[in-house]
Amino acid sequence: MVYLTRKAEFAASHYYHSPKFTAEENARIFGKCNNPNGHGHNYTLEVTVKGDVDPRSGFVVDLKQLKDVMSREVLDAFDHRFLNKEVPEFFARIPTTENLAIAIWQRLVPKLNAAQLHRVRVYETPDLFVDFYGE
Amino acid sequence: MKAHLTRRYMFSASHRLHSDEMSEQENRAIYGKCNNPYGHGHNYMLEVTVSGPVDDETGMVCNLADLDALVHREILERYDHQNLNLRPEFQKNVPTTENLCIAIYDIVKRDFHHAHLDKVRIEETMMNSFEYSGEDGR
Repeated sequence: MVYLTRKAEFAASHYYHSPKFTAEENARIFGKCNNPNGHGHNYTLEVTVKGDVDPRSGFVVDLKQLKDVMSREVLDAFDHRFLNKEVPEFFARIPTTENLAIAIWQRLVPKLNAAQLHRVRVYETPDLFVDFYGE
Repeated sequence: MKAHLTRRYMFSASHRLHSDEMSEQENRAIYGKCNNPYGHGHNYMLEVTVSGPVDDETGMVCNLADLDALVHREILERYDHQNLNLRPEFQKNVPTTENLCIAIYDIVKRDFHHAHLDKVRIEETMMNSFEYSGEDGR
């Protein structure tokens, strides 16, 4: 079994707000992230797939295919977008880094045929990242 | 849906690797330059990884502000710009980065109850890093 990780970057804006909380609760729980005008990050995405090395190609997965799937399924939808308003997963769910990792996993899983998805890692900043393993 | 969240922190501290249970020659042989009597320092990069179900309402494993507050109060206040050898926890244990990992893990495990502590990882320099996930490992 060999693990292969592909990185990508996207820039997006978001804000944290739950209609189930009062304005005071939203402000207390989410702090600066509650600003309704939003703020942005340069996100780094790491997608790790695993599989056996194909004896003919020497590949776990065709990197070009993986790159294309990531571009089409994730970057085209997320890059330079206001996540709360433009990405359907976040119309009713807060676009935290946790939920971004889960949404990206769910977008990629049905599109990856050759290799098995192992981990989605999303860096919101260099100091904060979330890992999701589909558990 | 279970997610693992990692937060990075920096602190700077000095230490000297020396064991009273060994002779001067043994200390010098085992610890090399790190045994220099006046000590030396590092910019430590600390990573704390916690995990748990993502809350439906908040979208979070835990509130990052709670983790930051705990780490600032209990770890960075304790170790940043300090001489590790003078700390009580390093009177018997040599302040290697292994032992520093264990000390920090034990403090965070004891005081942080909003999510499960997976791992403490410390980069002593860009070239070496250490991880501790508790006695059970992971």
